[in-house]
Order: sequence, then C-alpha cells, then structure tokens
Amino acid sequence: MSSSTAIAPVSSRTDLQPAGAANGSEEQYVTFTVGSEEYGVNILAVREIRGWTPESRLPNLPDYVRGVINLRGIIIPIFDLRARFGGGLTQVTKRHVVVVMQVGERTRGILVDAISDILAIGHDAIKPPPDVDSGLVDAEYLSGLYTAENRMVTLLNVGKLFAGEHVDQDATRAALEPT
Amino acid sequence: MDDLSRFKQTYFDESAELLAVAEAGLLRLAPGDIDMDEVNAIFRAVHSIKGGGGAFGFNDLVAFAHEFETVMDGVRNAEIPVSTELVDTLIRANDVLARLLAHAADETEAPAGTTDDTVAALRRFLDRSGEPADEAPPAAIQAAAGFYPDDEDDEAGIFGDALAAIQAARDDQPARAAGPVPEGKVRWTIVFRPKAELLLSGNEPTYMLRALRRLGEAEVICHLDRLPPLRDLDAELLHLSWTVTLLADPQVNRAQIDDVFEFVADDCDIRISAEAPPPAIIVPALIAPVEPVTPAPAVNLPEPVASAAAPATPAATTSGAAKPGDGARRTNGGTDHAGPATHTIRVDLDKIDRLVNMVGEMVITQAMIAEHLRDLPPGQFQELLEGLEGLAQHTRELRESVMSIRAQPVSSVFSRMPRLVRECAAVTGKEVMLVTTGETTEVDKTVVENLVDPLTHMIRNSIDHGLEGPEERERVGKPRAGTVHLSAAHRSGRIVIEVTDDGRGINRAKVLSKAIEKGLVQPGASLSDEEIDHLIFLPGFSTADQVSNLSGRGVGMDVVRRNISSLGGRIGVYSTPGEGSRFVLSLPLTLAVLDGMVISVGEERFVLPLTNIVESLRPKPADLHGLVNKCDVMMARGEYVRLVHLHRLFGIPKAIDDATKGLVVLVETEDGSRLGLVVDEVLGQQQVVIKSLESNFRRLDGVAAATILGDGRVALILDVAGLREMSRHGSGTGAGNGNASGSTPPSPSLPAPADKSDQRQRQTV
Repeated sequence: MSSSTAIAPVSSRTDLQPAGAANGSEEQYVTFTVGSEEYGVNILAVREIRGWTPESRLPNLPDYVRGVINLRGIIIPIFDLRARFGGGLTQVTKRHVVVVMQVGERTRGILVDAISDILAIGHDAIKPPPDVDSGLVDAEYLSGLYTAENRMVTLLNVGKLFAGEHVDQDATRAALEPT
Repeated sequence: MDDLSRFKQTYFDESAELLAVAEAGLLRLAPGDIDMDEVNAIFRAVHSIKGGGGAFGFNDLVAFAHEFETVMDGVRNAEIPVSTELVDTLIRANDVLARLLAHAADETEAPAGTTDDTVAALRRFLDRSGEPADEAPPAAIQAAAGFYPDDEDDEAGIFGDALAAIQAARDDQPARAAGPVPEGKVRWTIVFRPKAELLLSGNEPTYMLRALRRLGEAEVICHLDRLPPLRDLDAELLHLSWTVTLLADPQVNRAQIDDVFEFVADDCDIRISAEAPPPAIIVPALIAPVEPVTPAPAVNLPEPVASAAAPATPAATTSGAAKPGDGARRTNGGTDHAGPATHTIRVDLDKIDRLVNMVGEMVITQAMIAEHLRDLPPGQFQELLEGLEGLAQHTRELRESVMSIRAQPVSSVFSRMPRLVRECAAVTGKEVMLVTTGETTEVDKTVVENLVDPLTHMIRNSIDHGLEGPEERERVGKPRAGTVHLSAAHRSGRIVIEVTDDGRGINRAKVLSKAIEKGLVQPGASLSDEEIDHLIFLPGFSTADQVSNLSGRGVGMDVVRRNISSLGGRIGVYSTPGEGSRFVLSLPLTLAVLDGMVISVGEERFVLPLTNIVESLRPKPADLHGLVNKCDVMMARGEYVRLVHLHRLFGIPKAIDDATKGLVVLVETEDGSRLGLVVDEVLGQQQVVIKSLESNFRRLDGVAAATILGDGRVALILDVAGLREMSRHGSGTGAGNGNASGSTPPSPSLPAPADKSDQRQRQTV
C-alpha cells in the first residue's frame, strides 16, 4: 500500500477477484498510489509506465501541470495527480512513476507515487461515488469506487480527468492573471 | 496554361498508377474467387480516372471510362457474374483506357473507333446481366453468324467476297486466278493478315480496305481459314484475313499502300507485291517493318489447324495474347507511348514526415552523445571522437537529403502569377510585363503552399499601387508597360523572394498623411523614410483613394506580413520615389527545423528563433531607465527599447532579475517592433527540430512550439510577438500605457486600435 511496496505492476488477479466479478463485463484496471490513496484507471488507456524523468516546466499553468517530457520524440504533458487533487506538488524522487495514457488522440502522463496492482473488476462490483460536495472533490473525474480486500480503490474517468476544457480553462485563467 | 498542364501531368501520373492498380486487381480476379475489396479498388480506380478526365474535358476517355465503370459496378453489385471472358474484356478495357490516356497526354485524337469494340463487348455483359439484349448485337456476332449483308452494301468489302471465299475454301481451290494485268495498270497484291488483337487496339480493317479501294480497282478476298467454330468464337478477336488485288494506276506507289497500313504495321503481317498475285494460302513470311522481334504469341501465327480453336480459348488470350500484345500495342500508336517513364515516385506525405521525424530524432540523439562525450577527459577516446565527427557529418547530410525530398521548386507558385498579372492589368487598365527568375529555387513543400497568398497580395499591390498607367509612364519617360519582377533565390540558408516594380515608388508624403488621417500615427511624429515605408504593413492601412476590386481595403499588406511571419519569415520594403519599390521576403527553407539561440532563465532553457534576434548585450546601469508602472526601458543604439523579463512573464524561479547582471537579447518581431528580453545566459546557437506542443497538449501564450535539446530535455521555442502581447497585459494599466513605453520605434504614436486588431490576429494565427 505504501509507495514502496510495488513499483512494478503485480498481477494478482486471481486472489483479488471479488465474488460475482466473474461475469462478462469484467475489465482490468491498473491501480497506483498517491500518498495513502489508491486510484485505478482502465488498463486499455495505459500506454506505458515509466520512471520519473525531469520535466520541462510550462509557463503560467496551474501547478498540477508539471510540464512536458520527451517521450521518444513526442512531447507529452505530465500532470501531478497529487496536486490535481489538492495535495500539493509531489516531491519527486527516482522512485516516482509516470503512467502514460492515451486519451483520445492525445498522449498524456500522470505522475503517481507507485504502481500498485492490476485488478480485474466486474462492472457490478463498482459502486457509484458517494454524493460528495463537488467543491471538495471533482466528482466528475471519478467513475466509481471499488473495494479490493480492505482497500478502497478510486476508479478515475481518464477522459474526464484530462478533458481538454478543464485543463484549458484553468490554464487560461492562470495565464490571464497578471504575473 | 502552364498551370493547367502541371495538373494534367499529375492527373496522368495518378492515372498511370490507377491503371496499374486496376490491372493488378483484374489479373487477380477469377471466377469463384471474388475479393470485393479488389473489385471496389478497380471500380474506384476507373472512377477516379473518369472523374479527373472530366475535369480536363477528355470526353472520349470519360465516355469510355463510364462504360467500363458501369460494368465494374455490375460486378460490384453481383449483377454481372465474373467469368474468364469478363475478366479478359475488362483487362482489354483497361488497356484501351491506357491508350486513351496516352492520346490525351499527347493531346492527339485517339483514332476513331478505338473504343467501339471494347464498348460493345462491355455492353454485352450488361445486357446479359439485365434484360434480354434490346439493342442490336454487335456487328461481329452478326458477321460470324453470316447475317452480314453481302458485299454490295459492304463498301469496304471487309468480308470481301465472303461467300465466294467460303465456296472457294470448300472447293479447296484458289479463289481467283491471276488474270493478265490490264494495259497501263499495275496489279498489286496485298496480303493482309492482321493479328487476332487488331481490333482491340482500335484499328478497323474496314477503313484500310476502303482506303485501298480508293487507290484503284480492288478486289477483296476474305480468308476465313482461321475462323473458329461458332461455339469457340471470340468476337473480340479478328479471325479474318484478306487478299486484296488492286488494279491501280502506275502513279500509285508502294509508299501509298504502306501508308494505309501504317498504324497497324506491328499488328499484322502484310505482304505487298506487284504484278503477280500470291497463292491464297500464305506461308507466314513475317514482314514486320518496324518491330521484327515482337513477342508475338504463337496463336497469332497463321497456323491453320491450331488457330481455329486457339484464339478463342480464354486462357490463351489472357496469358498469352493479351499481355505481350499489350506491350506491342503500346509502342505502335504512332508516337512513343513506351509506357510511362517512372523517374519519379509518389510517396505519401505521412511517410516522409515520419522519415523527417526519425531523422530529427537522430539529430537529437547525436547531439546527446556529443554532449556526453564532451565530459570525457581530453586526449583519450580519440577514435570515438572521430567516429562521432563522422556521424555528425552523415546525420547532417541525411537531414539535408530528407529535407530535399520535401522540397519543391517555387515555380508551382510563380506559375500562377502570369494569370493574376493579366487579370490585374485588365482591371486597372495598366500595361504590365511580368518577369520571373529563379523559379527552380527549391523550398519546403509547406512553405511553397503558404507562399501563394502573400505573393498574390504583393503582386496585386505592385500593379495597383506601384505601377503608373501607360500615359503617365510615357510622360515621365518610362516604357508604357510597367515591369513586375518576381525572383527567388537561396541566400544564407533562407529563401529570399523579391517582388520589384519599376513604378512610382511609395509616395511617402501620402502614406504619412493617410496614416495620420486614419489615426495610425500621431500627427507631428517624425518618422524616417524607412519607417514610413513600413507603415503600409499596418493593419487597416490603405492609400488607394478609392477601394477597387483589387486592393484598397487595407487588408493586403498586413495579411502578407502576418502570413510571412507565421512562416517564420520577414518582409521588408525598399522604395525609391519615381523608380519603383522592392519587397523582399525572407523565409526559412523548411518549417521542420529552425535556427535557434538557446537561452537559459533560471533552470529552464528556451529557444529563440534566430530570425527574431537582433543582438544580445549586457546593459550598463546607465542604459536602464524606469518608466511608470515599473516598466523598464533600455537605451540600445539610440533607441528606447522596452525590457521584458522572461522569468517574470513565465514565473520562473531562481532567475536573474537585474538586467545588468544577466543579458538582454534584443529581439525584433516581424512588424519591426523591438523588445529587450532579459535572460540569464545565452548558451549558443543550434539547429532544432520543431515539435508540436499542441498535438498532445495545447497552445501556450508566448510559446511557438517545442523542441528537444541535446540532453533529451524539452525546451520551448519562444514566440516573440506573443511575448510582447503578454508583457503588455502584464504591464498592468492597459494597452495604451504599454504602448507608450516604447516597444517599437514608431510605436510611441501607435494608438490602441492597431494593437487590438494585432492581438486578434495573434489568436487566429
């Protein structure tokens, strides 16, 4: 559970399958930790997982847009998931991991503490996110909650998490503020 | 005109490929094994040829392609069953299409009847597929069935004395004995044995026989010995041969007879002899005057026994007759259509872009290795360093070659201009001569594409504003016709395009008064000649007293400047009153790499396009002046230049704030306004590969693009004009104040409206 437990993905599907997850609509999720929380994204969106490389900063953007890196010749932005959820900027070390994801046409990376697991989750086992104050939690980024053993895994809607508008609106606001 | 022919050439190139596609598809098409993708591909190929042909008005070709296409459509909809016969016909139709294209390319008329037989054959499939044939069956079938009217109506005697010949054949005796040659006549005996495919190449024996008849008194004997049984008859092929006995006047010479067969000489055996008629059955004595070594398939040789069945065997026609015959036919159209010469290949632009990208990666990797090796102790690893030197050399050459693939001569743009000049001259009533030089200068495809609009505006401007009318020109002692000179040349890694006219030059007094009148310049501002000339690039500026169709709306030259600057180029104007003006465009050769200066601010590095940089300097404290609202101004070379602290603009920590401790890079935007960028350090000049930031993220203010430096890190390429905009917002108290701070020499007099529109442009670019 802590960031030091697993950097490489561990396939532990068999022992983690909850009862009733054996129906046809089962999907695999890559889970990772940010602090003490565990998040999951659909494995189909994940292009690769790579170690942290220093980013180049982009000017006048919210802090969760850490910057851009060179991914074999293409330039992709890196988002700090901790900062995105209001936890402040991640103090990166070599053990931090970037999950490179394909969202629509675009390739983006999110900075997380560590990869935790790969889970096969049946559609039925996903519980809707509780009705929380949208001012506190960006509920639209959440696609559901899942309980693996005693951990709660927050499943993220990758499309919404990186929906261009959100990033751009924030960024535009930031850019328009006098420097 | 030239323009159209270029498109035509593209059309022919494409058509040649499409024909190959269709042929390959047809050859794979076999009964019982129908790949619908293949069928669709053939259909599309034919359809594309037809479509393009229609655009150029090749009516024959379009009509024929339509027939072809209709049958393919039938095949596609499974209305027409695929038979070997169908495939043969389609392959032949493809050949006919090729020949029609060749004629269209030569701008010659295809011989009449080129398509008739194939069209008939194609229609037969349609008839079979649909209702019972309601149109008359093709003539060949009738003829074979023996219904063809006899030779009284058959003027040409294509079937000659067919019945007599049949009779003769039955009686197994020569059809006609050679009589004595009448007085004052020459008797020519012409044995005309066409190859079976003669009809396919659109030649019509009827015409030849008719032509012979015109030369004298002809008796035509038709030989039916190769005629297969009706069951095996392939009506597409010619099974007949003729012996013509021609009683002609002595002045008819051999050449005249040869002329008749000129176009079919390769497709038939002809024996022409004077005086004595040959025996009715001829031992094949091949007289092939042009092409003795035609790979003629065996079935074409008159072999009375075998030939009865062979020509009609579909397999034989596909594998044997159609292909080599195809080659032979192409060469005999009178001119050389020896297949399209393929000195060029057409490559998908994506593939080239990928190649360009890969080479870009290589350049980066190579720079990276070089950077690491710099840290090695000197004196050691000499061979490694030499090897790296070689690698660098090759990489550079590789990049240049790859870039040259994308390069195109500017002639494709220049060639559009004569027409424009003519139109402008007609509208303005001026006499204009366009001279172009350097059309072969090559520049990247993307640059070429983006040159059209600016050049159009510039030439219009030159004709409308620069050149005088003919009377006025005569009055001042110039030739009536004005000259507009359009030239292109490579100069120090950039392409320089000049539009020069010998007109009246820029009327500075008028420009200045107009600019003041339009509020673009404050009254009483003193501007240098050069500055006045450059006013014409301001948005909303126009000196034309009347708005004409051509120009005068004041959008022309600022659009030019905007387009050019979006390409990373610059534009300048030089004018001498009474002698003319010269507009000089300078553009990068490619939009894929950029000459940049790497600078550092705090821990970040940025690339400034070299074209924007005027100089870099470290100011003395005495050069710096504070202006209201903390805006710093620096005196550089006698001008006040506004300072922009990059780290403030971009919020970069740990950067040098004091310009006297860091460096000021004096940059100039495309409109000539200057700015002093305060940076920490200038690291050096480098060619960088331009990478898109937008493809995975989005556009950022003040950032043109990104690149990857030698250490693999990303660096942003700065957009100087964008930085200027940002710094105006940043200066707090509004654009007017920002302007007053002196970002550009004439700008103290530039009021806000110009800036607003300028800002709008930036967003749309």
